[in-house]
Amino acid sequence: MSERLEVRKTYKLYINGAFPRSESGRTYELRSEDGSFIANPCLASRKDLRDAVTAARAAQSGWANATAYNRGQILYRIAEMMDGRIDQFAREISLLDGISRKEAEMEVRAATDRWVWYAGWSDKLGAIAGATNPVSGPFYNFTIPEPLGVVGAIAPERKSLLGLIDAIAPVILSGNTVVALASTRAPLPAITLAEVIATSDLPKGVCNILTGKRGELAPWFASHMDIDGLDITGVEEPSLIAEIKVSGAQNLKRIHSFEGHPSPQRILAFMESKTIWHPIGV
Amino acid sequence: MRTFEYAPALESRSIVTIGSEYGHFINGSFTKGRNHFPTLDPSTEEILSQIALGSVDEVDAAVDSARVAYESIWSKMSGRDRGKYLYRIARIMQERAREFAVLESLDNGKPIRESRDVDVPLAAAHFFYHAGWADKLDYAGLGDSPHPHGVAGQIIPWNFPLLMLSWKIAPALAAGNTVVLKPAETTSLTALLFAQVCQQAELPAGVVNIVTGNGQTGAALVNHPGIDKIAFTGSTEVGKAIARAIAPTSIKATLELGGKAANIVFDDAPIDECVEGIVNGIFFNQGHVCCAGSRLLLQENIADEVLAKLKVRMAKIRVGNPLDKNTDLGAINSQEQLNKIHELSNAGDAEGAERWSPECELPGRGYWFRPTIFTGVTQAHRIAQEEIFGPVLSVFTFRTPDEAIEKANNTPYGLSAGIWSEKGSKILWASQKLKAGVIWANTFNKFDPASPFGGYKESGWGREGGRHGLMAYLRGSEVGVENE
Repeated sequence: MSERLEVRKTYKLYINGAFPRSESGRTYELRSEDGSFIANPCLASRKDLRDAVTAARAAQSGWANATAYNRGQILYRIAEMMDGRIDQFAREISLLDGISRKEAEMEVRAATDRWVWYAGWSDKLGAIAGATNPVSGPFYNFTIPEPLGVVGAIAPERKSLLGLIDAIAPVILSGNTVVALASTRAPLPAITLAEVIATSDLPKGVCNILTGKRGELAPWFASHMDIDGLDITGVEEPSLIAEIKVSGAQNLKRIHSFEGHPSPQRILAFMESKTIWHPIGV
Repeated sequence: MRTFEYAPALESRSIVTIGSEYGHFINGSFTKGRNHFPTLDPSTEEILSQIALGSVDEVDAAVDSARVAYESIWSKMSGRDRGKYLYRIARIMQERAREFAVLESLDNGKPIRESRDVDVPLAAAHFFYHAGWADKLDYAGLGDSPHPHGVAGQIIPWNFPLLMLSWKIAPALAAGNTVVLKPAETTSLTALLFAQVCQQAELPAGVVNIVTGNGQTGAALVNHPGIDKIAFTGSTEVGKAIARAIAPTSIKATLELGGKAANIVFDDAPIDECVEGIVNGIFFNQGHVCCAGSRLLLQENIADEVLAKLKVRMAKIRVGNPLDKNTDLGAINSQEQLNKIHELSNAGDAEGAERWSPECELPGRGYWFRPTIFTGVTQAHRIAQEEIFGPVLSVFTFRTPDEAIEKANNTPYGLSAGIWSEKGSKILWASQKLKAGVIWANTFNKFDPASPFGGYKESGWGREGGRHGLMAYLRGSEVGVENE
């Protein structure tokens, strides 16, 4: 009996809840360390980025208006479904990152747990980042954290799944929408994550995932006037970082890069504080 | 009806002593200064004094002094003692409040009523508020033992010279930073008086340095490699230039920039109160306010009534000598700013909006502009989109609450907004929808050191005031996650 021939997956982009190919028709070839063919993921173009930002903008106010409890439940469901795909994620990570299956499985578990940790923050941000302010006068004055809007996130090359989750979860849990660029070297777990998200209850357009080259796409993230914030943790070259910041100044994008342990500051970096005054009296 | 004329009630300027020439305040003492430029009383064009034009060398000396003070004294001092210095400063500012108020009105042109009742008391309050934070930084929201940045470079505008100084210096010092501050070119005098307060408080030399000058002096400060943190209040254009200048560095910046605030009046608003609020929103401080309510959005069915009452009220605005205690609207701060207000108002005429101002006499000398409203303004007009920074109000109408929000948010700015309605749920709904950092509901232009201030979108980065503002002067030690 001959061995069963594998049904291979076509890895596409994830925009507005659908899986289109790049409008540019471009792909790039991934090979494993031993030289065997793995996949032809899409090389996203500037137009794909624009489409993703349009989808993210359209989805933003609806997602922000969902209750924090609702957003927390939807995010938690994504973690439930990630847990069911540990094998698939681990196979992809181990293949592309050149680490053992066991190590890859540990990364997936850590990534899922990280997602759960973030999900639980959705209805606690107001308690830690909001305030009632004792002003000197007959006014009730309070400050609340609000989502920023549309955020671009350039995920790191290494830790292809964990890094991507750190790029996506802290951004969307507060009510932002995101356009994320996956690791160029190891984009497969990102598209598998997109499949998880597509079958969860996250509204279309809230999370969009592109694959492609960061040197090519990052400057377009930076100059896009409808992106409000940018996580550039995945950009390492100092000259590209400076170029992104110069370009992002055109609409004063909130541009951040993170290292170390995850913290609520990573969530709050892509939120705004709104302070409201009202007189007290009869 | 019989009306009474106001007799002039001039505040005496004898309480202030203005030197004929000033240098910079570096390392605890005043330098001589090399080149100087005049600072004027904008209400008379009288030259008040000569201000030193800070050069690259002088900025260098100030940053060095701040660095030494940071390394050797201020970063090693206990929070409790830093707080005590800030309390001393707050108290001395209160003791010398009248002197500050008169000097501010002379140099800036703002009415003494405002400098006396708003600017100076709030400035002192900022020091008092932040003094209490100095030994409580573990509770600032960044975990235990957060660190200051080091040397902060701070650049402030001319509209609230002393108040903006306090917004910058008080939190920086409370958090353990040392500072080099550059006042605005046209309004350096109260900052130099503040330097004397630092001396009286015996603040260690170098903790606060003040370098006066123009935009080039400010650029030298922003580009100085010894600066760890930038705080800027001013135009969006300069704010973007600063963001670009620091792009290759890891310097953190707080930017408080322009605004074009919508002041929305729903048809269930208390009309008389709201007319006062509209006047306060746009004519406070001659409209030289980044968060001024410069776009009035009136629900269509009450627009005529509100406008009629607004015109009656505007006719009672007293324009004139800033030192007269009866004055409501003082002088425009500079010829340059007056030109800009004329340019944009003329654009309003040219683009077809209708201009109205009350009859009022303007003094013969100095820089003056009548309180002005434009009706028939459309979203595309320059006076609907650009910050005028003067006593000029653009009026729009709307039919539905959704339309009001859409018009209000139709600007690259997002600093502040006003809502007038007697219906609580409508106020909260509109507050949620407005893209602005500060929302005043049934009030306008209120400020407090405990209340975070700052904008969305192109109105800037970060907040000033409250715990949120303090955090901008600290670096955190991050919290871990259990599964790591």
